[in-house]
Amino acid sequence: MYKILAREDFSDVTFLLEVHYPMLAKAAKPGQFVIVMVHADGERIPLTIADFSIERGTITLVVQAVGKTTREMQQTCKVGTALYAVVGPMGMPSHVGERKKVACVGGGLGVAPVYPQARAFKQRGAYVIGIIGFRNKDLIFWEDKFASVCDELIICTDDGSAGIKGLVTDGIAKAIEVHPDIEEVIAIGPPVMMKFCADATRPHDIKTMVSLNPIMVDGTGMCGGCRVSVGGEMKFCCVDGPDFDGHQVDFDELMSRLARFKGEEREALERWTRNENCRLMGEEPHPSG
Amino acid sequence: MPAVRGWYELMPVKRTDKTPMPQRDATDRAQDFDEVNEGYCFAHAMFEAERCLRCQDPVCMEGCPVRIPISDFVHAIAAGDLPRAASILRTANPLPAICGRVCPQESQCELKCHMAKRFGPVAVGHLERFVADWERSQPLGESPPPPWQSARIAVVGSGPAGLVCAGQLARQGYPVTVYEALHAPGGVLRYGIPEFRLPNAILDWEIDALKRLGVEFINNVIIGKTIALDDLFDRHGFSAVFIGTGAGLPKFLGIPGENLNGVYSANEFLTRINLMQAFQFPEADTPLKVGKRVAVIGSGNTAMDAVRSARRMGAEQALVVYRRSEAEMTARVEEYHHAIEEGVKFHWLTNPVEVIGDDDGWVTGLKSLRMELGEPDESGRARPVPIEGSEFVFPVDNVVLSIGTTPNPLLAKTTPGLATHSWGGLVVDEQKGETSRRRVYAGGDAVTGAATVILAAGAGKSAAEAIHQDLSAGL
Repeated sequence: MYKILAREDFSDVTFLLEVHYPMLAKAAKPGQFVIVMVHADGERIPLTIADFSIERGTITLVVQAVGKTTREMQQTCKVGTALYAVVGPMGMPSHVGERKKVACVGGGLGVAPVYPQARAFKQRGAYVIGIIGFRNKDLIFWEDKFASVCDELIICTDDGSAGIKGLVTDGIAKAIEVHPDIEEVIAIGPPVMMKFCADATRPHDIKTMVSLNPIMVDGTGMCGGCRVSVGGEMKFCCVDGPDFDGHQVDFDELMSRLARFKGEEREALERWTRNENCRLMGEEPHPSG
Repeated sequence: MPAVRGWYELMPVKRTDKTPMPQRDATDRAQDFDEVNEGYCFAHAMFEAERCLRCQDPVCMEGCPVRIPISDFVHAIAAGDLPRAASILRTANPLPAICGRVCPQESQCELKCHMAKRFGPVAVGHLERFVADWERSQPLGESPPPPWQSARIAVVGSGPAGLVCAGQLARQGYPVTVYEALHAPGGVLRYGIPEFRLPNAILDWEIDALKRLGVEFINNVIIGKTIALDDLFDRHGFSAVFIGTGAGLPKFLGIPGENLNGVYSANEFLTRINLMQAFQFPEADTPLKVGKRVAVIGSGNTAMDAVRSARRMGAEQALVVYRRSEAEMTARVEEYHHAIEEGVKFHWLTNPVEVIGDDDGWVTGLKSLRMELGEPDESGRARPVPIEGSEFVFPVDNVVLSIGTTPNPLLAKTTPGLATHSWGGLVVDEQKGETSRRRVYAGGDAVTGAATVILAAGAGKSAAEAIHQDLSAGL
C-alpha cells in the first residue's frame, strides 16, 4: 500500500511523488487533499492532490522540504518505498463553474495544486490565463504542463531571471490590464501570497478563490485545529474547505495560527538535522536526540 | 481436616464498604501517562465479591445498559471460578476490560445495588475489570474456525459500537471488514480516552482478539470520501453495512478569542496526546504546546481527561471552569476524585465569556463571570444566571474547550437518502437500528449523540443481531 511509483526532483527543495492508491485515485477530484504519514511516529501532514490518474491508480503530490517531516520525506521517499499512511481525498472539490475567462495563479509550490483546476477550466472551454511565480528560474517546474492547459502563461520571478520581474500580484495586475473581463481568479500559494492576490483583485471586484493550508490533525472535522475565519464565521478548512472566497478570509489569523508550533517545529528540525549529520558521518546519533 | 466448601468462607473480615481500588500515588502518576488504577488482586476480588448480598432480584442488572448478569459473574468470582465469570461477562459485554475501566458505574449498576443504601455498593466495575484482566493474562485457546457465512459485512468506524458489532457478527460466522479513517483502529478509545485511564495495550488486545475471529481491519479509508457508501454494496460486494462513526465533531462556544493560539478543542488536545503520542515529542513528531496554566471548559469525562492530561504535559496550574455547580457535573465520580488528588482546581458556577490574547495572537487569559443558580431550565437542572459585575480574568496560557461533540456529518452528507435528525444524529429504527437506507444499520454516538462506551457497545450488539436476523430471513 501507498507505494511510491515515481519521483521527480524539481529543485533542491521541491519534489514530486507519485503514490499508488487506486481507491483514492478513483475518488479524487481537483482541489482535494490527502493526509500523509511517513512512519508510525510521524506527523499527519496535509498535502494537496496535484494530479491523479485512475489508469495508473496513483495520486501525485508535490512537496517542499521545509520542516522536519518534509525534509525526511525528501531523504527517505524513494521509488519503491512506501508511505506509512495516506488517507483521503479530503475536503470539498473545487467548484469549477461555467466561466468564460479565468486566471489561475500559482506561487511556488502552489503551482502544483492549481494545475488540475486550470486543466478542468480548460476542459470546460474557458479562456485560461496562467500566472505562475517563483523566486528564481531554477525553481520553476511544470512550465510546459501548465502551458498546455493555458491560453496565456505569465511567469513571474522575484529576481527577473525568467519571465517578468516581480511577484504574481504583478502578473495579476498585468493580466487584468489586458483582460478586464476576467471572471474569476484562483490563487494558490503561501498564505501571504494569497492575501495579496485577494487584495489585488478586490478593487476590480473579481471573485477570487484561495486554497488554505492550516495545521490539522485528522482531516475529517474532528480536531478543529484547522479552523479559519471566513466572513467572520468559523469554518473547518478540512471539511468546509480548503477552497474559500479570498476576499472573506482572515489571512492574518491564518498566518498567526500557522506559526503556533514554530518553536517545536524548529526543535524537531534541528534534532533531525543533527541526527542526519551523525548518520552521514557514520556516527551514532547524538544522545540528546 | 474438615472439608472446605469455599475458602472464602474462612476469610476473617467482611468489609462493609467498597474494597478500595489500589492506585498509584497522585504525585507520581501526574508525571506520566501510565495507568492510575492498579487493579484488584485475587484477594481484593474475593473480598469484594463476597460483599454481594445475592439478592433475589438482582436490581444491579437493571442499571446496566447491556443487562450483564452481574450477580452471576460476581458469584462465580466468589466461588473462585474465574473462567466462568469471564465467560458470563464476555457473553453479555464484549468489551469488559474497557467498560470495567470507563463505565459510569455510580449512575448505573452500582447506583441500584442494595448495599449502596447502607454501605458502599459492590464494586461491580472493579470486579468486571479484574475478571477481564485475568482473562487477558490466560493463554489463548484454539483459534476459532474461519468465517462460514457467505454474506460479507462492512463496519464503518472502529470505536466501541463498531468493534462490538464486528465481533458479534464474526462469532456468527460472517466475514467482517472494519473501515477506519485514522491510521490506527479504536475510535474514541484510541484518540479520546488517555492511557492513564485505558492503556492502549488493552485496546490492542481486544482488536487482536477480533482479528483472530477473522475480522479484517482497513485503516486510512474514509467511507463517504475514499469509498462511497453505495459502492460498499455495488462494487465491494457487501450485503450489509453498520455505521458506528461516533460523535467526533467538537463544539465551540462562539465567544471572542476562540481562534487565538493556545486554544484547543478537547478533541485536538487529546488526539495529539493519545493518537499522535505528543507526550513523547520530539521522539514522536507531533507537538503539543502546553503552558504553565491551563483552563479546561466543561465538566464531563472528556474535560477530566483533558485537564489531567494537561497536568501530565507539565501544566503547573490546571483548572476546570464550568458554568453550573458541582452537582451538575457529568464526569465519572472516580475521575473527579482522581483529578482533585492530582491537583486540579475546580471553578464551579463560572461562565467563560472571552478568551483574551496578546498582540502576537497568543492566549493570556480567560475572562469569566461568576454565576448563581436560578430556576430549573428545560433540562431540569437549575439554570445558572450571571452575577452582575462579577467579571474577572483567569491568567492562563491555554484554554481547552470540552463542551461536547456532535455526530460527524461527513458520511450523511455524501450518502443520498441517509436521513439525519436536525442535530446531526442518524435516524434509525429503534428495534433494529436500521437507518433510512435498507441494509444500512447504525448505532452508538452517531445515533444518540455523545454518550457512553457501554451504550455504544450495546447498540453494536443489538445491530449485529438485527443484521443476522435480516440476512438469515432474506429480508
